[in-house]
Amino acid sequence: MASPPDSVQPSAPVVEFRGVTYSVPEGRAILDGLTFFLCRGETLVLLGRSGAGKSTALRLINRMIDPTSGDVLVEGRATREWNPIELRRHMGYVIQDVGLFPHYTVEQNIALVPRLQKWSGEKIKARVKELLELVGLEHFEYLDRYPHELSGGQRQRVGFARALAADPPVLLMDEPFGALDPITRGELQGEFVDLQKRLGKTIVIVTHDVGEALLLATRIGVMEDGKLSKLVSPHEFVSATDPLAKAYLSNLRMYEAAEHRAESSTEAAQ
Amino acid sequence: MNLVEYFARHHGEILRATLEHIWLVGAAMLLAIAVGVPLGIVVARRPFLSKFILGGANIAETIPSLALFGFLLPVPWLGARAERLAVAALLLYALLPIIRNTAAGIAGVNKSVREAARGMGMTDSQILWRVELPLSFSTMIAGIRVATVLTIGVATIAAAIGAGGLGEFIFRGLAMVNDQLILAGAIPAALLAIAADLLLGILEKRLRPVRA
Repeated sequence: MASPPDSVQPSAPVVEFRGVTYSVPEGRAILDGLTFFLCRGETLVLLGRSGAGKSTALRLINRMIDPTSGDVLVEGRATREWNPIELRRHMGYVIQDVGLFPHYTVEQNIALVPRLQKWSGEKIKARVKELLELVGLEHFEYLDRYPHELSGGQRQRVGFARALAADPPVLLMDEPFGALDPITRGELQGEFVDLQKRLGKTIVIVTHDVGEALLLATRIGVMEDGKLSKLVSPHEFVSATDPLAKAYLSNLRMYEAAEHRAESSTEAAQ
Repeated sequence: MNLVEYFARHHGEILRATLEHIWLVGAAMLLAIAVGVPLGIVVARRPFLSKFILGGANIAETIPSLALFGFLLPVPWLGARAERLAVAALLLYALLPIIRNTAAGIAGVNKSVREAARGMGMTDSQILWRVELPLSFSTMIAGIRVATVLTIGVATIAAAIGAGGLGEFIFRGLAMVNDQLILAGAIPAALLAIAADLLLGILEKRLRPVRA
């Protein structure tokens, strides 16, 4: 095993997979020899069909699961050597269903990690306020509400705020916009692009939405049957000629074509 | 002499027996909660142990109550005093619904809530105390409610081994073929059961978490 560097260089990989395999106890391999790395400030989008192993790869990063073989390194240290609690607090984690605590108010949900880390009351209060502004919920009427009183989009915003609460350098997001209606999804994706620029986090996003990948990624990793079949920039992805990339893109173009058709028929009607 | 007159004349005695009854049930329930809730947590967390725990509690539940009091009689410390024995037997009866509902409540916590809690770096005990237990309170109370009503009924049999309670009237009434005596025990016991059911029902509703 390679020895970890003494200090993390700015250009050193924040997250690195070295020949990572993950199999379920019954023996089926979900991930097969995954190798890639991700530098500070990058946004990697793992794109693939359901069951391609994207979420599994993501959950290896914050040690929700351990690799069967190979190493996942975070800041040069294998996740096996990290204390899982410490490692997870080092990363924001956003999932499709958000998973807000139904018995906690918006404020309590967001303040959870700072509270576990024993921040002072004033510091927590200020941080919650700052976070709500960051995610576009600056109206403080939301503070005392419970998750069931919020819309899907608002819930996801609170989920982001909660993940960012302790200002973790890494953000892991599993289909973060997947449960939202298309209009809300578009709004949140747009805002997220701004957020990305302002925060400079290292981000891994799992999605099957190719539009989302092109919008948010600095690099796109295409996953297929537990393997990373492609790791390219969005620019390279658009001009790729292999069948899988083409399939994704034709899917996108299908919508564009439909839009175009609709526009021309409106023009024709006028 | 009608029933009302009987109650009026013997109200002191009935009250004493009722308080004894409440004491027996209360002590048994507090102990059953203290034992049953942790066992329920173990059942939820360790599927391997759950068979043994639930199996054991199930067996206790199937033993006829009179026989259970008899079985415990030779147990050294327990058998020495009737109330002790009665409380122990009632505790065993109350366990199953409490264990089962505690485990069901924890198992019923939304998967994504648990995933988020773990992903945020909460320790297992933080997840238990701050997430799983608060979200299962209402289910747990439902189990305690069933157990309490059941125990109030079974506690009347404690009189058979001399532990007192409302069963005294019932057994005396049976022996003397006196309906009024039987009712003097049965009516307060029924009222106690209804009251406990109502009160715990309100608590259960209050604590029911809103599902997001």
